[in-house]
Amino acid sequence: MTELCILRYNPETDGEPRFQSYEVPCREDWVVLDALNYIKENLDPTLSYRWSCHMAVCGSCGMMINQEPKLACKAFLRDYQGVIRVEPLRHFPIERDLVTVIDDFMAKLARVRPYLIPKDVKALEAGEHRQTPAELKRFKQYSMCINCMLCYAACPEYGLIPKYIGPAAIALAHRWNQDSRDAGREERQEALAAKEGAWECSFVGACSEVCPEHVDPAGAIQQVKIRSTVDWYQEHLMPWLKK
Amino acid sequence: MSRRPYERPITSEWIFRHPRYLRYMVREFSCLFIGGYALLMVVGLERLSQGPAAWQGFLQALQSPASIAFHLVALAFAVYHSVTWFNLTPQAIPLPFISAAHYAGWGAVSIAVLWLAGVF
Amino acid sequence: MAKSNKPIVWGPFAAGGTLTAFLTPALIALTLLAGLGQVPEALSYERLHAFAAHWPVKAGLVVVIGLSLWSAAHRLRITCYDLGVRADAAVAAIVYAGALAGTGAAMLYLLRI
Repeated sequence: MTELCILRYNPETDGEPRFQSYEVPCREDWVVLDALNYIKENLDPTLSYRWSCHMAVCGSCGMMINQEPKLACKAFLRDYQGVIRVEPLRHFPIERDLVTVIDDFMAKLARVRPYLIPKDVKALEAGEHRQTPAELKRFKQYSMCINCMLCYAACPEYGLIPKYIGPAAIALAHRWNQDSRDAGREERQEALAAKEGAWECSFVGACSEVCPEHVDPAGAIQQVKIRSTVDWYQEHLMPWLKK
Repeated sequence: MSRRPYERPITSEWIFRHPRYLRYMVREFSCLFIGGYALLMVVGLERLSQGPAAWQGFLQALQSPASIAFHLVALAFAVYHSVTWFNLTPQAIPLPFISAAHYAGWGAVSIAVLWLAGVF
Repeated sequence: MAKSNKPIVWGPFAAGGTLTAFLTPALIALTLLAGLGQVPEALSYERLHAFAAHWPVKAGLVVVIGLSLWSAAHRLRITCYDLGVRADAAVAAIVYAGALAGTGAAMLYLLRI
């Protein structure tokens, strides 16, 4: 048996969150999500949490497990000793129990326009956009983001500066900027090159360390900073140059 | 059903929550010694501009225990800054072998500086 | 949301961080050796004074000292914020002014050499 110590919060009855402990069987192949499902089915049906695929592709079950942002479906019970502390994803308001309010991230994601903005709209008869493997490589890793928000929980700057647009949003913007079919970089710069854009990052690198899909948002952010800096000096020192 | 989201307060304890945050802080603190050494260079230039006696005084002061201690600590922090900087470079500039090239450049520059200064 | 002017401070920070990463350890080694009694030849008054008399060298020293101070100042500003100091504008003013003052002083002394 293993003990899970879970941060509970009922907005209708609680003034503050409080911890509640549960004993669950420790199966060899169980992840924290299995333990949560066991609790909900057998011990306490009031426990609330988000989950869906149970295979680390949907990004729903992000939470703090022993103070580290992890996907609950990817955190094996056998890898932990002693009591396992489970809390909602840090830096987001708690809606209820392990469910967080993710409106801030959703708004920021929309702001970076994470979709194809082609130079000219291609007619269907003109055929498909063609890309070489090299062109694909430029953006592929950034497209692997599953919007799990572990990076926002890991980022101390997002914790300190709530307006910061954050790692995943910038990585996803970068994914489109790097796509050879796209011509929307200037439009995205409004959000990325703003004060609350890439500039609040101080390259802690925690985001890339906790990312379950190895997107490397920290790398994307530094590349955005460098490009934005080159843009800025070009605009201000050589305004006659077309970009 | 009424919503009443709870916002957890932010304190400075995040620094101690995982070794990576502590390592980040150590890296950031290196700035005190990089900046401190640059200020030492400024003082050195001042003494140099004041003539041979003042410069000798500066060289003398470098021999004090406080100066040696500062240099050893500053050297450690400076090396930590270099290593962390070069290790992060591939993320900012994704070119093959860029980290190795930086380390090689660091070695070359250091040897060149020491050789030109007549250390060997 | 307008595009920020952060590149004004970030550009020199990145340049200074790179420069100090390559150069500072070797420089510290020089004055450390001097402190240990093994004064490198180039740090003798005659050699160093003659060296610093050249205008390209003066320019180079201003760049090295200036970028070192600026990158340290910028990092110190961020560190203060990370440690919970909210008055970012005040901290920024103090650290960047300090870096510029140090650079100005270096220029002044170099002019006298």
